[in-house]
Amino acid sequence: MSDTERHRTQYTGAEREISPLVRGRGLRKEYGSAEGLVRAVDDVDLDIAPGETLAIMGPSGCGKSTLLHLLGGLDRPSTGQVWLGGQRLDTMSERELARLRRSSVGFVFQAFHLMDELTAVENIELPALLAGCSPRAARRRARDLLEQVEMSDRATHLPSALSGGQRQRVAIARALANEPAVVLADEPTGNLDSGATLEVLRLFDRLHAAGQTLVIVTHDERIAATADRLVSMRDGAFVDETRLAGGTGNLSSLIGIEA
Amino acid sequence: MGGRLRLVARLAGRDVHRRWSEALLLVLAIAAGSATLTLGMLLHNVTTQSSGQSYSQTQAATRGPDLVAQSATLDNGTTSPADLAALVALSHAKGVVASSGPYPMATADLRTPTVTGGATVEGRSESPAAVDQPLVTAGTWVRPGGVVVERAFAQAAGVEVGQVIRLNGRAFTVDGIAVTAAFSPYPQIGCFAGCFGPQSFANDAVGLLWTTEAGARSLATASAPLTYFSNLKLADPTQATAVANAQDNNNYTKNPGSPNGPYLLSAQQIAHEDNNLIVNEQIVVLVGSTLLTILSIASVAVLVGGRMADQMRRVGLLKAIGGTPGLVASVLMAEYLFLALVGAAVGLLGGWLFAPLLSSPGSGLLGSAPRPPLTVSSVLIVAGVALGVALVAALVPALRAAQTSTVRALADSARPPHRSALLVRLSARLPVPLLIGLRVMARRLRRTTLSVLSIFVTVSGVVAVLIVHGRLNSAEFNGVSGLVNPRTTRANEVLLAVTVGLVVLAAVNAVFITRAIAQDARHASAVTRALGATPQQVTAGLSLAQMLPALIGSLLGIPGGFLLYNAAKHGGQSETMPPVPELLAVIVGAVLLVAVLTAIPARWGARRPVASILQAELA
Repeated sequence: MSDTERHRTQYTGAEREISPLVRGRGLRKEYGSAEGLVRAVDDVDLDIAPGETLAIMGPSGCGKSTLLHLLGGLDRPSTGQVWLGGQRLDTMSERELARLRRSSVGFVFQAFHLMDELTAVENIELPALLAGCSPRAARRRARDLLEQVEMSDRATHLPSALSGGQRQRVAIARALANEPAVVLADEPTGNLDSGATLEVLRLFDRLHAAGQTLVIVTHDERIAATADRLVSMRDGAFVDETRLAGGTGNLSSLIGIEA
Repeated sequence: MGGRLRLVARLAGRDVHRRWSEALLLVLAIAAGSATLTLGMLLHNVTTQSSGQSYSQTQAATRGPDLVAQSATLDNGTTSPADLAALVALSHAKGVVASSGPYPMATADLRTPTVTGGATVEGRSESPAAVDQPLVTAGTWVRPGGVVVERAFAQAAGVEVGQVIRLNGRAFTVDGIAVTAAFSPYPQIGCFAGCFGPQSFANDAVGLLWTTEAGARSLATASAPLTYFSNLKLADPTQATAVANAQDNNNYTKNPGSPNGPYLLSAQQIAHEDNNLIVNEQIVVLVGSTLLTILSIASVAVLVGGRMADQMRRVGLLKAIGGTPGLVASVLMAEYLFLALVGAAVGLLGGWLFAPLLSSPGSGLLGSAPRPPLTVSSVLIVAGVALGVALVAALVPALRAAQTSTVRALADSARPPHRSALLVRLSARLPVPLLIGLRVMARRLRRTTLSVLSIFVTVSGVVAVLIVHGRLNSAEFNGVSGLVNPRTTRANEVLLAVTVGLVVLAAVNAVFITRAIAQDARHASAVTRALGATPQQVTAGLSLAQMLPALIGSLLGIPGGFLLYNAAKHGGQSETMPPVPELLAVIVGAVLLVAVLTAIPARWGARRPVASILQAELA
């Protein structure tokens, strides 16, 4: 049995009986050609069950973010297949991918990527408006989400008037606007201090407890420790998998951050 | 100081070299405005300073008169013996050294296979005259039963030697084609023999023909009796205009047959009348150059804005190694001022080369079009306007860039977008493409204003052109079927050229602005797509961000065109309202053209890979 085959059986979560929400098979993403060829993701197989929180770790440039983009339909694999909720993403048109992202995927980015000219509540309601929701319903949902992320008092603030942690909470609320099947978070605490990191992790913990499927790319072992499962990447490939206890519980002590 | 200048020049030069395609577009935008401005000024010089080279040449070749005299007439249009005697007496007046005439002049209905209209027919001797002997350029001089046709009229009517035409129903053979200096060439003849004479022509599309005296007399009717013309040579030709002015011509027109005697017109006045051929063009070109200059400012502002956004890191580097804000601003400004000067030089050369095409005297005079001299003042004005355009468009962005903090410039962070709460609220109720379009518009109000201005200026110009075009082609000019009015033809050609220039520059602006918008909104577009907007929705949104300003600019451009026409027209010219469907077509056409032009840059902006844009933000 080759290393690749061994890894495939090891990381596909085959022992879980529930059919996976997200599935990747033979995922490969290449840039350049000939001598300049870079394989950002190299033959990755992956299953993520509904309600599961998966952490992906690895050094910078190992392909974590690229993999996340492939799983969320932001990018297309060079070869391989991706399914989300039973729908195959890699054969979809750009329009179909956009519709799928709108309804089934929520993104949280390290750089927040909020619209500078929109207030917190306007940022959060944007995905609902793009999905054709009525302005009234979109605003109601946005206010509910602001309350969930404990940001109601900052609803009319522009991103420039918010701290990093607050911006990320707004970004998380925005990711949940259309009640997505999966939330993909790319280094969600990479730009945050310890206090803000704790705020964000508490949110993820609550989402986990509520059964939200989460994929978190991170550098930080303490954050990865809150996941159900941790996979490590190196040079575009999975090199290790660890099943963890999960994040619900005494988060502060678990990750070693004092509130 | 010298070293600093060298450094500024070297840095500016390197940037021009590095981004030569944008530099070329800048030069072309400024050159378009400069060329039309140069043309306008050169034509102005032709009309005001009246080089009259072609007229002088024609006068010399035809023994042209210094003064032309037309007999006074009674109320019924007939010439009394006393008035005829007064005309004859002029030939013996003090200071007159030679004369010819009086020659009878009849007016007649003209019919050719292609033309139906009016003509003035002067009866001449078959033998050469001492003064005003028209120069035959084809065929022969007058013979019994034949006519000679003035060259510009012959060309407009498509008449050739040997052809048979009918005057008051009688057949005449065209024996020759000739030029004269005694009358302004077609279509000006009507304003002399017609406007002031007994036969008031409804339009100036009246040609001049010569036939034998007997032939002219035979064409006279009770309702269109003969008038008489004499041609005089003066001992001092420079006094001709003073002599003509001494005669109260105004009183003559009000009270024909008055004791004021014959109506006089000097050679200088005839030569000046010839310039009317290019007066319309001069106005169109000057108005066109103003509009093109405004569009150039918009073009340059958009290009400079886009370049400045891309140059922020360079600004940061300059400041990090010790460049003062003044040095940074100098480098940025030097580049645009240099390009403006190059554009001005190209425009001056282009305008100067094209001027003879517009200043041509037409076929009614001898000689080719003189190349109007390029004066120092013209050069300074064109260079000044070009530098002004660059200064107006680049100064604010250059100062803003120079004052940006070094750290921020090095980080190459984009200027924060503008927030319009009202538009955000309104757009939430609209379909997704409109939501995106309105919000993109609101992010950069200055750029949106430039879009509105660009289309407003273009549509104003097009509407003014439609009004002028309608007037030129109205019955006032073309009451005679089948005739070509050279003034109308040439003015229409200039109108077309100015319109094409306006539309092309506005189109270039639309593409530049959309590209700048797409570039500026690349992050917002990527986030919007990550949140579920389709590429089609983002493309439509970016296009709509241009189409909405185009619609506003077009709607404003309709009254703008009328105001422009009224501001530019000379005298009490009436305006011919373009038909409503034509105006609607202008609005719809402008918006659709913008939609088509912006589709490519918008599509380019909406189809860039989302993941790489969002990742680049972290780099």
